[in-house]
Amino acid sequence: MSDKNITMLHGSGGAATSELIGDIFAKEFDDAVLDAMEDAAVLPPMKEGERLAVTTDSFVVTPVEFRGGDIGRLAVCGTVNDLLMRGAVPKYITSGWILEVGLEVDLLKRVVKSMADTAREAGVRIVCGDTKVVEGSGGIFVNTTGVGFVPGGVDISASNAKPGDVIIVSGTMGDHHAAILSERMSIDTDISSDVAPLTDMCKELSGLKIHTLRDVTRGGLGTVCKELADASHTVFVLNEEDIPVDDKVKDFCKILGLDPMYMGNEGKMVCIVDPSDADEALGIIRRSNYGQNAGIIGYVTAPGEDKIMNEVGLYGKTAIGGIRELDVLQGEGLPRIC
Amino acid sequence: MDLKSIKNALREYDGPAMRIMEICGSHTEAISKHGIPSMLSDKITLLSGPGCPVCVTQSAYIDKLISLAGEGKVIATFGDLIRVPGSSKSLNDIKGEGARVEMVYSPLDTLELARNDPDSEYVFAAVGFETTTPAYALLMEELVGNDIDNIKLLTALKTMPEVIDSILCAGEDETDDVSIDGFIAPGHVSVVTGYEIFEPIAERYSIPFGVAGFSGEELLLALYGIVSERGRGVVKNYYPSVVTREGNTHAKELVGTYFEKCDAAWRGMGIVKDSGLRLKSEYSRYDAGSMGLDTDEKKNNACCCDRVLMGKIRPYECPLFGKLCVPLNPQGACMVSTEGSCFNYYVNKRRD
Repeated sequence: MSDKNITMLHGSGGAATSELIGDIFAKEFDDAVLDAMEDAAVLPPMKEGERLAVTTDSFVVTPVEFRGGDIGRLAVCGTVNDLLMRGAVPKYITSGWILEVGLEVDLLKRVVKSMADTAREAGVRIVCGDTKVVEGSGGIFVNTTGVGFVPGGVDISASNAKPGDVIIVSGTMGDHHAAILSERMSIDTDISSDVAPLTDMCKELSGLKIHTLRDVTRGGLGTVCKELADASHTVFVLNEEDIPVDDKVKDFCKILGLDPMYMGNEGKMVCIVDPSDADEALGIIRRSNYGQNAGIIGYVTAPGEDKIMNEVGLYGKTAIGGIRELDVLQGEGLPRIC
Repeated sequence: MDLKSIKNALREYDGPAMRIMEICGSHTEAISKHGIPSMLSDKITLLSGPGCPVCVTQSAYIDKLISLAGEGKVIATFGDLIRVPGSSKSLNDIKGEGARVEMVYSPLDTLELARNDPDSEYVFAAVGFETTTPAYALLMEELVGNDIDNIKLLTALKTMPEVIDSILCAGEDETDDVSIDGFIAPGHVSVVTGYEIFEPIAERYSIPFGVAGFSGEELLLALYGIVSERGRGVVKNYYPSVVTREGNTHAKELVGTYFEKCDAAWRGMGIVKDSGLRLKSEYSRYDAGSMGLDTDEKKNNACCCDRVLMGKIRPYECPLFGKLCVPLNPQGACMVSTEGSCFNYYVNKRRD
């Protein structure tokens, strides 16, 4: 493909579209089912007792490429991680692209290659796709739908947290948010996004008494834990001092008046596990790819069990020794003016 | 005294009841974030004062920005002003309707926007306290020095000492108990002004002021200091790493070059004499019409932001709090900003 930029012609459905798909997408994705170019991918059946898990997500991040990742890698990780959080083994994803006129073809090639590489890393096949071109200013939007199989007997859900459970977080908080924000604000930092598939981390956990998994994306740890506490009618208590935050991200937050508790990540999860399996789960996560900074950050209790932290919801024990109740993220976490 | 003893002393305090006001919105936010209220004796009450810049901005000012946008001008502003309601709408509302409202992180960012868009007129929404004013003075230096004529300022600049004085004055007139027994003095403001500006008020009302930083330790230290100095008109600096008695003289001079004292309207509190800054008359051509924006209409008549700001009631005592007035649908400015008292009491479910 010789064009430097995407034009409306690439969305015509004719020869230019075929060239775009052949030279960029099919070349990188390289999957027999996809290469057949049929109207739908027809895939092998599940095993007896397995259930189908399906999820979809759209990705609109700007800038398209950022330190530590790009929209292609993000589009795979976001969807694969959502499947993993229900105990599913991710199998297939789709890849739907909306390209704006003016997009640099070289940039597109880079993010498509990144998507293909990430899919291989995550152990999923890209089995169908779609490309459209719209007027605009060179942007990229991607939708991925993911399909996975949930093995028989696995029951991992937001509503399953129980009093006594231990709360583990798989790594440092706020990296993706800080990386994107510093790019947007042209602040020179070397903070990298944590965007990553959690396949390796979740694979080994399947034999343990895992009650809940949730990837800590938009809204951050505070939002996720508050939602899990509400869904399971329990009290979540976090020891704020134990929440891992990279020193660079800490400084970045201090300057901008942001709270890592409410910052987004793209390669981190919380794991709510029965206390009898907590140490083993932590060991597995720490030994897995992207889990070396994991730690136990809190516990689950029943409403009324503690005198102060007594209602369904989320409480933080602060580093200085105070207690605060926490809500989901309110507002957009804008930098302060004074 | 070590931190452990300070914590013990604050938890076990059994002297006369003390109501301590933190003036600065960043302190309100930090106090919530560190869970400080849970560490204090019932005899110590924290009140959140009028130190969140967007919370004290009067509705006529927001309305003026909206009308300027309606004339086709581009409004440049800090993020948290966008959602503050005027008498009926916010900048966010009119942005949704197609008006040009640009969010910036520094007033100087407006220079590049305006340079790349020479046919548009830019208006910077210059709100803030002594902390932020030097940044506007820097912007003025650029505008004047480089003859830039497509940026103007709409000012609603406020100063701290006068409004503190007016709160204490109002307290003396009231029959109900709205007394304030101590102040956590603003850390950022003091960096610029120096803590000497609080000395006359401390002496006049025999109330201790403690300049505090924003970490949990710094706040506890200042609180302990204030409690220990109860009834004495002193100002103590518990933030010596960045605050001095004199402050930043260069910044003060720069502000003095372009701005002069004026009376200012405060949301819900009316006009407070000499509590504001405006552009000097020789620079009035850079003013987008800031004079006379004194009226202040509530979006909702039941809103109690004014009484909250003066420490007369707690946010949760307002009939709208948590019901009609929530962060996603703020009725008053105190629920908008992450530094607002109502916002903080709401998200941390504070009932202290």
